[in-house]
Amino acid sequence: MSAFFAQHAFWIVTILKIIVLLFVILTLDAYLTWFERKVVAHIQSRWGPYRVGPHGLLQPLADGLKFLFKEDPTPAGVDKFVYYLAPFLALSLALTSLAVIPFGPDPIRIFGYETNFGVADLNIGLLILYAITALGVYGVALAGWSSNSKYPLLGGLRSSAQMMSYELALTLSVVGVLLMANSFNLRDIIAAQGRHPNLGLLGWNIFPQILGFFCFFVAAVAETNRAPFDLPEAESELVAGFHTEYASFKFAMFFIAEYTSMVTVSCLCTILFFGGWLSPFPSGPIWGWTHFLPTVFLGALGLYLIWDGFHYETVFGRIVLPGIGTVFCALAALLALSPAVNAFIQGPFWFFSKVLVFLFVYVWVRGTLPRFRYDQLMTIGWKLLLPVSIGNVLLTSFAILKWGAS
Amino acid sequence: MTAQLIIFFVLAGLAVIGAVSLIFQRHPIHSALSLIVVMVALAGLYLLLGAEFVAAVQIIVYGGAIMVLFVLVIMLLNAGVEERTNFSKLAATAGIPLAVALTAFLAATIAKSGPVTTGVRPGSVASTQGLATMLFREFVYPFELTSFLILVAILGALVLAQREKGS
Repeated sequence: MSAFFAQHAFWIVTILKIIVLLFVILTLDAYLTWFERKVVAHIQSRWGPYRVGPHGLLQPLADGLKFLFKEDPTPAGVDKFVYYLAPFLALSLALTSLAVIPFGPDPIRIFGYETNFGVADLNIGLLILYAITALGVYGVALAGWSSNSKYPLLGGLRSSAQMMSYELALTLSVVGVLLMANSFNLRDIIAAQGRHPNLGLLGWNIFPQILGFFCFFVAAVAETNRAPFDLPEAESELVAGFHTEYASFKFAMFFIAEYTSMVTVSCLCTILFFGGWLSPFPSGPIWGWTHFLPTVFLGALGLYLIWDGFHYETVFGRIVLPGIGTVFCALAALLALSPAVNAFIQGPFWFFSKVLVFLFVYVWVRGTLPRFRYDQLMTIGWKLLLPVSIGNVLLTSFAILKWGAS
Repeated sequence: MTAQLIIFFVLAGLAVIGAVSLIFQRHPIHSALSLIVVMVALAGLYLLLGAEFVAAVQIIVYGGAIMVLFVLVIMLLNAGVEERTNFSKLAATAGIPLAVALTAFLAATIAKSGPVTTGVRPGSVASTQGLATMLFREFVYPFELTSFLILVAILGALVLAQREKGS
């Protein structure tokens, strides 16, 4: 067994990493729907999901079961092959793009084999992401076309035009970051932002590249078809847009694809503009206490859950919530007692905190902004974002020419 | 080496099957999809040769931008299944000899070529840096002229579209 492992360590570890990442990301997607419904509900002075499990925590499970057991009719006159291909394409491309994202700085040791925290570490990481995004249009466009129905066709056409228009701004807006980092590799881009460890968060790309970040985030929201750019599925005009004729698990595949690309975009914002896994505090002996922030955060969350759980209405909640709280407190204690684990968790902790902030911004924007009109959408894409991102490329190039990179 | 060879044959087979299916599909969308398969398989072959940048650009430009435009136009025009006609006389008389001649030419070239060199060394033309150095140092004038040509083409398209709108 061990000889077999030693010979094929790379393949075994890679497959293990893919399985773990798939499990984590699908769970994250499920709870992202719960998070979105809760946040939007509170923005609108409602409670959101509350019945299934304590605080509605089992709602994603109920939704998943519903998707699995619903009837799955195929409408008459659809182009069968393309109709079945479209959701597969959307989901598989969305999941593939996550393979390129690095989640933490330090290599981990699995059965004596050292490996990076992330599935693939590519020299052209960012370009591969853009290649996958470029292919992602097909899932939506083909779904709209193959459904043999007018609303999906209009939704598919709209979204193809929208994604084509915003891809230009999406690509041009990161050229400034690439120029500053001198690399397509996502690890190098993060490392370039940590060149001055005494500056802390002032060294991140967001300050010199604020224009680039603005263009990137707007274009990325449009590229993922999220509100306020969700015209392809505007329910007041197009029923549900490109996925009108999809039911049951095929619809769920589009749904999971959308949430996965939200996670990917949040990871990209974190990596390109907000220093990835770098801590926002400067390094130095005065700032040593910031290493205990993960402990404090987890401990506080655990204690709150225990306190909240004891007051919960249902007996089930009074058992489950303190249980989860105890797990969090135990993790916090582990971090406080073991310096090695604490040092390892710093990178992933800051990375996931920043990703969560961006996911919250996504939901926040959806809860507060009305949808754009179609001509406004095209005007923003071509007359605002494109010129601003080209200007940003010129500015950055001249600045680097004058003062040098860094 | 064997793993590389297997991947090569899978990708090459995909490309050939895609190309044949592109011709024999009766619906324009299916033909466009087959062409996308060809493009992506070619990108995989470039990747196998170690030309990462070219592979990514192949997918972004050909697989993404250009083919999306094809699919969009087919969707917009709502093109139906094509009608089959009899072979044209020209294709029947000139096509087969030309196909045979092309195959013979390719076979002769392959037979004459020397030992196969596989892969690209880092720092050579295929890497991002090598490509950039070549484009912006040695071939900067042809490169700029080509981009100027493309700009003129875009302006021409704009002018044509505007004229139609005015009349």
